[in-house]
Amino acid sequence: MALYDTQYQNPLIKWIDSRLPIITLMDNEYNKYPMPKNINYLWAFGAISMIMLFVMIATGIFLAMQYVPTTDGAFDSVERIMREVNYGWLLRYVHANGASFFFLAVYFHTFRGLYYGSYKEPRELLWIIGVLILIVMIMTAFTGYVLPWGQMSFWAATVITNLFSAFPLVGDDLVTWIWGGFSVDEPTLNRFFPIHFVLPFVIFGLVFLHVAALHICGSNNPLGIDTKGPQDTVPFNPYATMKDLYAFFVFAVIFAVFVFFAPNYLLHPDNYVPADPLVTPAHIVPEWYFLPFYAILRAIPDKLGGVIAMFGSLVVLFFVPWLDTSKVRSLVFRPLSRLFFWLFVINCFALGWAGAMPAEGIWILVAQVGTAFYFAYFLIVMPVLSRKETPLPLPESISEPVLKSGSPRPKGGGRVRASATASRKEKA
Amino acid sequence: MMRAFTTLAAAVTIGLAGSAWAAEQIEIPEYRWSHEGVYGTIDRAAAQRGLQVFQAVCQSCHGLKYVYFRTLKGIGYDDDQIKALAAEYEIEDGPDEWGEMFYRPARPTDIFPDPFPNEAAARAANGGAYPPDLSVIAKGRPGGLDYIVALQMGYEIEPDGFELADGKYYNAYFPGHQISMPQMLFDEVVEYQDGTEPTMLQHAKDVAAFLWFTAEPHYDTRKEMGVRVVIFLVVLAGLFFGVKRALWRNVKKH
Ligand code: HEC
Ligand code: HEM
Repeated sequence: MALYDTQYQNPLIKWIDSRLPIITLMDNEYNKYPMPKNINYLWAFGAISMIMLFVMIATGIFLAMQYVPTTDGAFDSVERIMREVNYGWLLRYVHANGASFFFLAVYFHTFRGLYYGSYKEPRELLWIIGVLILIVMIMTAFTGYVLPWGQMSFWAATVITNLFSAFPLVGDDLVTWIWGGFSVDEPTLNRFFPIHFVLPFVIFGLVFLHVAALHICGSNNPLGIDTKGPQDTVPFNPYATMKDLYAFFVFAVIFAVFVFFAPNYLLHPDNYVPADPLVTPAHIVPEWYFLPFYAILRAIPDKLGGVIAMFGSLVVLFFVPWLDTSKVRSLVFRPLSRLFFWLFVINCFALGWAGAMPAEGIWILVAQVGTAFYFAYFLIVMPVLSRKETPLPLPESISEPVLKSGSPRPKGGGRVRASATASRKEKA
Repeated sequence: MMRAFTTLAAAVTIGLAGSAWAAEQIEIPEYRWSHEGVYGTIDRAAAQRGLQVFQAVCQSCHGLKYVYFRTLKGIGYDDDQIKALAAEYEIEDGPDEWGEMFYRPARPTDIFPDPFPNEAAARAANGGAYPPDLSVIAKGRPGGLDYIVALQMGYEIEPDGFELADGKYYNAYFPGHQISMPQMLFDEVVEYQDGTEPTMLQHAKDVAAFLWFTAEPHYDTRKEMGVRVVIFLVVLAGLFFGVKRALWRNVKKH
């Protein structure tokens, strides 16, 4: 009989593990998994994102038990949850603010990947799955935002679904098909609810693949060099688990401050006004995490062009592993690329700002320059710099610079003895 | 790198979000509300006075369709007071065993009855404008309570050259300045049971305090719980920090 040769002695665990080595799997993936020992706190955002996904699913399921997906019932049912359901206000505020904090964590996680070159060989597929997760998250948050059926819900749904009408030939039919009618209405709400319910589980599946792929390649680290053996790593548990949990609780403190003391700060007042197809709000603004994309959409004067640019701004991420061909992963060793990376980050903020402002005057220009730079960063700066820039010399292994005091950035040659004692600042 | 990221975190959470709808608002005067701040709670006396104003003035046009009478416990009424308060209202119920609708006094488990049978009737009575339900209005307008007060205090003679449409009133704070709601608050519109001086501003602030309660009936519970949750999480974070430090100190030295 081809049973799995388990290492466990406990009869029950042995019985299970030899038939379905799930315990061995967990042990390998979350206990023994070797983690580079020089990781900094930016590596905690993966774990934080995963916890946030669980938080969203847990609160979402309980909201769904009370939520009514009809045009007459949706707004009322959310208010009912807020007022009459025991701790319903807590569920709803955690869910609504949780979306923001989930995106915050995932954005940190993604920029971390960009900075340290975590998308490069052999982690290309891992990166691609990550981008897929981001896209499905965006769809989830968008459909979720429609559910409370306030003014912003309705008008955001109208603006965004209308974009599909820009596609030639099929555009109008496509929009009618998405709406299930001739405007955003009950059929639209009826389908957005199950879509919003199901997509998080799709994300869950993708996260599983993401982690599976990660555990084949191993984690990257701030130096972007491969681990050379056990001296470079620590077991995931307890080293990374405790570090991640510490980081998560710090994150949770900020999250809790929003949920309990400013739960409406990130929400829009207009969404406490029931949807009214006859009254258009003065400014239709999306949630903060969509603002840069919204700016890109509005930067292009042509509707189809705007839609293509907006989708393109996500699609381009898939190709990053092949746009940046430099063999050196971490921008720590690529000063010029590092400069452009920070310009890119600032540019994302500028785009976000432009997205929050009415599309007029100077803001159109900001959005257009920002959009141009966004694409130029990926399509021009990355390929050119990866050929032209000479990276700084790489350290031989992780252990070497970690044991050297202070900065891992090699300062003009000369190796330092491993015995030179260390103040262990995690400068990257 | 880490420091830069931390600064960014702060910028994301504070800067961007606020800017999203801070754009082009009419400047409104700000007041201090007793519920502001970490330990601030709803001022029950003010909210009770606000209920008085609401009953005397606003409820002839505005509904509170999410507010059950029993909820008023949250601003300090006891069961008997709530029963008596509810009984002042008539609500339609039915059908009875003969299929007829009938009116009966409201009970604590009823909601504040709408002043109009439907939206069309409400519009017909208000020159075509719909007096919105006030249950969540405090969260549904930029400026919140300060805006509600400003709106009540903002009636003025229109400036020269301003074209005021028929049946509209000039209001300094209403978007577009033409509102269909006439000025409803003046000095001494109601006489307060607790003897507070009944100025117009007092009325406006009290009704706003009441509307904050109707918008967030669990407000005090939420913040009380928040203090405990935040302290708990800070302690937990501290513990994990200690564990993490102890662990990693050993690792990196060898
Ligand atoms: C005579 C009927 C009437 C009474 C009484 C009345 N209102 Fe109104 N109210 C209206 C109408 C009509 C509107 C809609 C105005 C418009 O859209 O032009 C309105 C709108 C409002 C708004 C929303 C303004 C906005 O930004 O859209 C608030 C807040 C408000 N009323 C508060 C009150 C309060 C508080 C009271 C009691 C002190 C009150 N109202 C009494 C008729 C009334
Ligand atoms: C990826 C995880 C998820 C994200 C990013 C997300 C996002 C959102 C957002 C932004 C809203 C609008 C919040 C508001 O303004 O009120 C929302 C509402 C809602 N979500 Fe989710 N959600 C997620 C998972 C889920 C799951 C798994 C369920 C159910 C199983 C769910 C059920 C609901 C319901 C019922 C509402 C309407 C109630 C409300 O608006 O508060 N969500 N979601």
